[in-house]
Amino acid sequence: MSEKILAVFPELCTGCRDCEIVCSLRHLGVINPERSRIRVLRDVFEGFELPLVCLQCEDAPCMNSCRVEAFFVDERNAKIIDYEKCIACRRCIIACPFGVNFLDPVTKKPLKCDLCEGDPECVKFCSTGAVRYMTAEEYNREKVKLSSEKYIEAIKQEER
Amino acid sequence: MVLKRKVAFVDLTKEKAVVEEIPVELRKMHLGGRGLNWYYLYNNIPPDADPLGEENILAVGSGLLSGFPALGAGRAQISAKSPITGGVGDSNMGGAFAPQLKYAGFDHIIVKGRAKRPVYILVKDGEIEIRGAEHLWGMDTHETQKAIREEIEDDRAESMVIGRAGENRVVFANVMNGIKNSGGRSGLGAVMGSKNLKAIAASGSIDVEVHDPENLLRYALEVDERARSTKWAKTLGRLGTPLLYDVSYTTGFIGTMNWQYNTPGEDGSPLEAENLEKFGVKMVACIGCSVHCRHRVKIREGKNAGLTTEGPEYAAAGAFGTGVGIYDWEFVIKGNAECNRWGVDIISMGTTVAWAFELFQRGYITEKDTFGLKLEWGNEEAVLELARMIVEREGIGNILAEGFRKAAEHFGEETLYYANQTKNHPNLLTDERGIPSFALGIATSTRGADHLRSRPGIDLFQLPEDVLESIYGHKIVSDFTAYETKGIMVWWHELLYNIVDSLGICKFQTVFNSANSPKFEDYIPLIKYATGIELTKQQLMEIGERNYTIERLFNVMNGFSRKDDYPPERYFREETKRGLPFMKGRKLDRERYERMLDEYYRQHGWDENGVPKEETLTRLGIERPRMNFPEIERAVDVRKR
Repeated sequence: MSEKILAVFPELCTGCRDCEIVCSLRHLGVINPERSRIRVLRDVFEGFELPLVCLQCEDAPCMNSCRVEAFFVDERNAKIIDYEKCIACRRCIIACPFGVNFLDPVTKKPLKCDLCEGDPECVKFCSTGAVRYMTAEEYNREKVKLSSEKYIEAIKQEER
Repeated sequence: MVLKRKVAFVDLTKEKAVVEEIPVELRKMHLGGRGLNWYYLYNNIPPDADPLGEENILAVGSGLLSGFPALGAGRAQISAKSPITGGVGDSNMGGAFAPQLKYAGFDHIIVKGRAKRPVYILVKDGEIEIRGAEHLWGMDTHETQKAIREEIEDDRAESMVIGRAGENRVVFANVMNGIKNSGGRSGLGAVMGSKNLKAIAASGSIDVEVHDPENLLRYALEVDERARSTKWAKTLGRLGTPLLYDVSYTTGFIGTMNWQYNTPGEDGSPLEAENLEKFGVKMVACIGCSVHCRHRVKIREGKNAGLTTEGPEYAAAGAFGTGVGIYDWEFVIKGNAECNRWGVDIISMGTTVAWAFELFQRGYITEKDTFGLKLEWGNEEAVLELARMIVEREGIGNILAEGFRKAAEHFGEETLYYANQTKNHPNLLTDERGIPSFALGIATSTRGADHLRSRPGIDLFQLPEDVLESIYGHKIVSDFTAYETKGIMVWWHELLYNIVDSLGICKFQTVFNSANSPKFEDYIPLIKYATGIELTKQQLMEIGERNYTIERLFNVMNGFSRKDDYPPERYFREETKRGLPFMKGRKLDRERYERMLDEYYRQHGWDENGVPKEETLTRLGIERPRMNFPEIERAVDVRKR
């Protein structure tokens, strides 16, 4: 499997919310983070920034839960909602184990990442690489690399 | 035309509000943010208004482009008559407030009157509510914001709040959002305190409409990539503004021990930017910014272990560092964090404390005045304790909390000589003696001594004159120690920074410390794609000129003139004692300064006394103040709680 997904690196996220802004701009032509398909959970008082976005599950609970066949899979393996068919029952929002299907406050329908036809707007605007467009294998390798770096750093600290 | 955004006029005395659409004609004259704030204030604050009285008006504005994904355009502007200067009080704040204000359905909130009890204003999805704030009174700025989020059950709500300093009307109290974003200058926290207004909270999910989304996305990415790929922005994204410290202390233009020296020399090396890195957790950003210049820091060991906060900036390295003879990042972090929680301007606090320390050194203040506190250079405990006393208005703190002029009535008129201020406004811990353009900038700034109204940072680079001419459209002398043509340079930056503040863009992403950063012409497509308003470069510069002249007029109406456009007297009398050869032994030349000031007035079309000429007002379409605050009689009752 070599399709790309949106890969998230929270440690690089600065909390600028550019991803939310450009997502709503690209899909709806307006700026409204509450209608974005990617969200940054941010609390400056607790000191964290966490980008949340659809992982394009292979066996996708959102799609499986849909009773009106409003989901389809495109050639990039993105699970996409056909809003003509969607009846706004919100079952897919409930079904998502990661809470990354969001509710559009205007249409009351779910908002789910569609990978922007293979050219994700959020990735283009992310200046630190906190959101990247890469294969699951590449993402996995990168994560292993990062955690081993942390491990090595911890060992060094210990030795000092 | 997509501009349907709104302004709310709130009368706290009557607890009523009027909501109006902002006419596109006003946008074309003033844009938004700072420009539009001053359109409303110039017209509606009576000249004799007491800054801390009921008749003062507080304007909060989101820039025309705040919330758009480019050039750090997430900024808000807070303005009122300043309790420090008695003239323009105006401050630009980063963070997350301005975009939320837009999603809440408003671009500007104009507040008049005084509430009978502590209150806060909540704007949410187009509605305005005035809520009791008795339970928030006394809380620090962080607690207040968290309490509001909890109370309205909305963790994305953003508030601009005051802390203890604002409640106590310390004249340099600020307005805060998040951990460290502040409308820091001009004492606007005291204005909020005087109105019994603890906070303005905003939240919502209203669409911000865009004229041409596709082209906006394309152009925003292009101009943003350009801005963040400059050497300046890259270094800023790694080290933050402390990077400025290295050049200012090695060259010799950072005020040290209240400007008795212009650098600490070798003693100051612990404050080099790289030494802050060991406290770093990660770099974080304001909304819409790809430069991410602020540190999240953590003190990991020692007596302050566990303190996690944001910052500090270069200004804090002066305020809690060189200014008081302390060279320790840990202390700067601690002092910075305290000021942010108290809601007090770090710059003004540092400059005021440094002044008190020099008065102690010279015997104008004694241990009897300070309850035994020894205000000696390097005394960390004394610095923090004096700062706390100012915030709580205890003992000598109650005198210093009133600002230089009133405090000097107590300590003796001659002590004003040692106060680094213009228009009574405390200066940033920079020493401008060797750099005439910087000196002119702090002297003519409409809000009093300050670096963010016109400082031509790139003057220090001594760029080739053909490069300067292509930027400024005038012949500019390259030598930064020169006076000639610097009046034109400062004028150009005044216009630019006004436009940037009116758009909501960050000053670090315009020509300030990098010649390659975006400027006027680069904003034209952004404005067009975002709003549909088409402007030429000349029209855009004229808006900057109009907005700046309105601020100048407001000051003139309040008694300001040429006499108020001089840097501290010390800069004319005392030579710099340290620094590199071209910075040592420097002071300002009075005659050359006068000529520079003349040139600056001429460039603006103001007379020799600094008063805008009739023909200039006509050219810019500026009319007499009109008192056009809407009739509150036709106002709707706001929701009350």
